[in-house]
Order: sequence, then C-alpha cells, then structure tokens
Amino acid sequence: MRTNSISSLIYDSKVRGYFFQTIILLALSASIWWLIDNTVTNLADRGKTVGFGFLGENAGFQISATLGTWLFDYNVGQSSYLDVYFIGITNTFLVAILGIAGATVLGFTIGIMRLSQNFIIRAFATVYVELLRNLPLLLQLFFWYFAVLRALPSKRDKIEIIPDAVAMNITGLYLPAPIVESGFMYTVIAFFIAIAMTFALRAWALKRQSETGQRFPVFWTAIGIIISLTTLTFWLSGSPMNWSFPEFKTTGAILRRGFQSGSGMVLVPEMLAVWLALTLYTAAFIAEIVRAGILAVAKGQTEAAYSIGMRPGMTLRLIVIPQALRVIIPPLTSQYLNLTKNSSLAVAIAYPELVSIFAGTALNQVGKEIEMIFMMMMVYLTFSIATAAFMNWFNARVKLVER
Amino acid sequence: MKKLTAAMVAVAGVAFAAAASAATLDDVKAKGHIQCGVSQGLPGFSNADDSGNWTGLDVDMCRAVAAAVFGDSNAVKFTPLSAKQRFTALASGEVDILSRNTTWTMTRDTQLGLNFAGVNYYDGQGMMVPTSLGVTSALELDGANICTNTGTTTELNITDYFRANGMSFNLVAFEKADEVVAAYDAGRCDVYTTDRSGLAAQRGKLTAPDSHMVLSEIISKEPLGPVVRQGDDQWFNIVRWSLNAMINAEEMGVSSANVNNLKFDGSITPAVARLIGKEGNFGEELGLSNDWAYNILMQVGNYAESYEANVTPLGLARGVNALWSDGGILYAAPIR
Repeated sequence: MRTNSISSLIYDSKVRGYFFQTIILLALSASIWWLIDNTVTNLADRGKTVGFGFLGENAGFQISATLGTWLFDYNVGQSSYLDVYFIGITNTFLVAILGIAGATVLGFTIGIMRLSQNFIIRAFATVYVELLRNLPLLLQLFFWYFAVLRALPSKRDKIEIIPDAVAMNITGLYLPAPIVESGFMYTVIAFFIAIAMTFALRAWALKRQSETGQRFPVFWTAIGIIISLTTLTFWLSGSPMNWSFPEFKTTGAILRRGFQSGSGMVLVPEMLAVWLALTLYTAAFIAEIVRAGILAVAKGQTEAAYSIGMRPGMTLRLIVIPQALRVIIPPLTSQYLNLTKNSSLAVAIAYPELVSIFAGTALNQVGKEIEMIFMMMMVYLTFSIATAAFMNWFNARVKLVER
Repeated sequence: MKKLTAAMVAVAGVAFAAAASAATLDDVKAKGHIQCGVSQGLPGFSNADDSGNWTGLDVDMCRAVAAAVFGDSNAVKFTPLSAKQRFTALASGEVDILSRNTTWTMTRDTQLGLNFAGVNYYDGQGMMVPTSLGVTSALELDGANICTNTGTTTELNITDYFRANGMSFNLVAFEKADEVVAAYDAGRCDVYTTDRSGLAAQRGKLTAPDSHMVLSEIISKEPLGPVVRQGDDQWFNIVRWSLNAMINAEEMGVSSANVNNLKFDGSITPAVARLIGKEGNFGEELGLSNDWAYNILMQVGNYAESYEANVTPLGLARGVNALWSDGGILYAAPIR
C-alpha cells in the first residue's frame, strides 16, 4: 500500500531517492554559486575585471626563437597575446610529440633488452630503468640542461657533425633549413598519392594471399613506390626546393662571431634538453610496461608457434607482440599523458612553452589569472583527451577479438 | 607540474578567500604573525642563510611592519616566491605584504589590483657582459643572446631598449635567478640583464666575478617597494608609514643606538617626539599602539642602518638612494 504522507520520504525507496538527490543537487548548486559569487566579489573588491579582451592586445616582450615563433611569425609590438598563446601551445606540443615518439622507440628497445638472454644487455637495461625512473624529473631536466651546456663549445666555436651543414655549440644545434619554392606542392601531393597507393597494394596483397596462399613483399614495394614517385615528381617539377646552410663567422666583432641568425635552422639547447629529459625519463616507465606486456603472454603461445614451424622473429611479430599490446596499450596511454603534462616543467630551463610564456610572462603583464589559467588548463585537457581517445581507438583495434 | 599546481591553488585561493577579508590587520593579529612574500634568494634584499634566517633590505621592511604591529620584529614568516607567483600569492591572501624587489608600474597599480606602499630602493635595469667580449656600450650588443628572469619588467625593458635602438637580440628567460646565473656563467648568453642591484647581488655567484663587467647604461626606472592588496586602506597605511618612519628617522638622526635614550630625553624636538610616540597619538590613528615607530627603530633600525647592513656589502653606494638632504631622492612625507 502506498502512502503520500511524510513517512514515504523514508519508507518509499523511489520517493526517498528523489528527495535526497534533490537535496544533494541543491547543495551542489549552492556551493558552486557561492564559489562563483565569491570570486566575482573578491575580484571586484580588488578592482579587477573579468574578460578575454586582453587577448587582442599587443605583447611587448621578446620570445626565444623556436618553432612557435617561426610558425606564427612573432613580432614584438605587432603580435597579440593570442599569438603568444598559440606559440606556447605549439612549443608544448612540439616537445610532447617528439617526446612521445622518442620515449616509445627507446622504451620498447629497453623493455625488450630487459628480457634479453645476454647478461650485459639485460644488466644495462635494468640499471637504466632503475636509475632513470627513480630520480625526480626536474632534477634530470636541470642535469641534462647544464650537462649539455657545459659539454658544448662556446658560442664562437663549434663541433661539426656533418661539415658545413650540421654543427653544434652552446647556442644550439644548427641544421640546414629547407626553403620551399612555389612548385613544391606537387611533390607533397605525389607523396600522399604514393601513400594511398601502398594502402591499395596492401589490400590487394591480402586478398591474393587469402585466395591463392601466395605472399607478396608489400613492405619493400611500398617503400619503393613512395621514394620513386616522390623523387620523380620533385625532379620533374624542377627541384623547387633550396637549402639555407648555417653560416659561421670567425672574424669581425667578437660578439658577432659564431653562427649568424637568419641562416639555417637552429634547435635551441633548452628544447633539446627538455626533449632528452622527457624521453629518457618516460622511456624507463615504458620499458617496464613493455616487459610486463611481453611476460604476460603465456609461454605456450611461443611454443605453439615454434611447433607449427614459425621462426623466432615471426613468432615475436605475429604471436607475442599482438597479444602483448593488449596489456601494454592502457598503461602506455597514461605515460603519454604524463609526458605531455610533465612538459610544463620546461619553464624551469627557459624553454618557451605554454606555462612559461603564457601563464608566466604574459600573465605577469596582464594579470588575468583566472582566465589565463583556465585557457591553459583547457589546452592540457584537450590534448590529453585527444591522446586518450586515439589510444582508446587503437586499443579497441588491437584487443582480443572474441568470436 | 609543481608550478602549475601552485598557480591553480592560487586561483582556487582567489575563489575561496572569504569576501570579507578586507581587514588585513585583524587577520594578522588573529594569526599572530605577518606572512611576508620575499624573493627566492637575492643577497642584500632578501636572502636566507644556512640556518634559515632571512636578512636584507626587503626583509627589514617586513620586520619593521611586524615591530609596528606586534612590537616584535620576529613575528613574521617568509614565503619565497618566484617573480611570476608573487602577485597571485598576494592577491589570494597567501601573503600579507609582498616585499620582493618589485617594480612599481602603472599596470600593476591598475590591472593587477595592487597598491605600492612606497619605494624602499630606487633601481634601474643594467646589463652585465664578460669582459672578454670587448664591449663597452650597450649599443654594441646587436644580435646578442640575453639571459634574464621571466615574469618581470626586465623582459619588457630590454625588448623596448633593443627595439628603440633598432637592434635584434634573442631572449632566454628562466623562471629562477639561480638558473639565469648558471646559464650565463656557462656561456649560453652574452649578456645577463636585471636590475643593477640584482646584478651586484648575483655577481658573487659567478665562477670568475672579476671577468665580468656591468655596462654603464641604465635602461629603465625601477622603483622597488613593498606591495599590498587594494581595498584595505588601513593596512596600506601601516606599511607605508612603517617605511616612512624608517626614512624620517634617518633624516632626524634617530637610530637603534639612540632611540632608547631619546625616549627619556626631555630636550628632543617635537618631530622626534611625534616619531617615537611621546607626542600625539599617531599610532592609534593607524590602529596600532603609539610606540609603533619606536619599536621599529629599536628592533630594526632606521633606513641607513638597514641599507648599510645589507646593501653596502654588495658594493652598491647610496647614490640616488641617499636622503634628499644628502643629494639623493629619498624623501618621506612628515609624521604630523
């Protein structure tokens, strides 16, 4: 029997549920409202306004020459704070992406080395992992930065890696810069067409194998197609690309000796140190994940593969790794997200990423803490969610298909 | 991540700080000490020794306020802040005074919601170069790599100076002064730029201080002083008049050595009598006791004492920081 009296708040599970959920909802809304109201009142008390109008104002400070400043053509006094924001994002993403690539390759290598039969290789990998993952990242960052700085020759000297093309000193790693001319677009188009062709080739080869059992060397053919088609187009369109080589002077005023700005391309030591530190640190964690993933594949799988005549390389590639990936991918995603967020430590060694130039220099000029920290958090959130979404999609692809 | 977290905590601090926190004096009295924001280590201005004791001109400013409020110059706790954390820390109420060689600019008064209580050191931005560079003027620095701190006025000043003179440069901006010095010392930059007081203070950290020189150009005006939050006039007055008391005391010849005798001296001038609380009730008007300035002078000393103990050892003469009556520009409003 149902009753509509006050006791139904306690005895009727449905009414009770609605009643308490409403109370919680009201309490939550009240707290949020209180928080917002308090913020607005406090800001008003201090004579501060809220708004994003500052983004259009011109930024009056110099930013170290990096990919971001080049991409957004940064000019002091003409570029806005919004440009500063985008430069920060670009530089953050640059080290994050380079770091993810480097840490993945190195991590997989070290992880496999830890399972090696060879004692020296195994011991080296173990020492690497234990050393690198147990030291705080900020210390490693300082270590690499100052170790790199101290090890390199002075600004007016250089070590040549490839004569007249690639060289290094304390101001950075100098590389030839490509100067693209108008007809270069055709080469880019040819490159993408070549890639599309290799996908078509792979589909055809798989179909033929399942029908006739004959195999086709897809990998080498694909490489051949990509290289030949791209090179041919490049040559036919009149080689529309030149190189700007770094220029080094040993005469003139002492200050102006060394590599000349505007020639070649420079990777500043701050970026190299951040990349190195993020790669080496995260690789230690990835190595352990890879080792765990491989060990998680039952030994019987390898033995079964050998018993049907598979060679060790093939066994690893077709039997062990696909199964290990199922274990590896989820924690690997976490490491990628950690690496991206850890890149904010680069502020300590003058790499102009988001935290340094936007939440640092620009924030100090403009003073819009809430807006700017919010914008910065949105960047990390968006990038992390995008990485997680991609990895989840990849995970869904490699996971065990149950029939 | 640490810095990011700190910034977010600061934002949360702005949100949570009770709306009625205007009366800083009441809050300070309730907790029994003053929370003072200082630098992360700038000899002469705010620097901690091996046992964690803070000394310096900026530190004395906070001690003076503590002496005025509590009659105890040790009733103060220090929070080392980086250049970029400092204003957020003050705005969120994490510190009560920011005494961290901070330049008084219009933006900071208007957009940042701060009030500068006065100037305790008149500085200007300078540049240091290795003598081996063979440079004698800042106008020869076209194309130089320049190391500095992020989150300060120095980034803007140096950019303005190079733009005004049609020169190019590359800026390497670190978060902490220690890293700037280390990178400059390693040769990453041709030039180290910051306030001239900072150059003098940091020079001792270089491996060969004698092989570097400070260029004669002063490229900016840097009036440094204590900062408080806007909207609390009483607290603002306490800080402002603590500083004025120290400067006025120097002008009147009142120091920690003689202030106790003057208290029992019948022949002092009315101005000195007002300063040390024998005449009028200036302290009570501030919300303090009438011996507020007496306590400052007894426990911290006048401006000259603080300067000579902290800044003179860096090799920085009084210069413009001398009293107006001695040819400088230090001039405090009278206590009357």
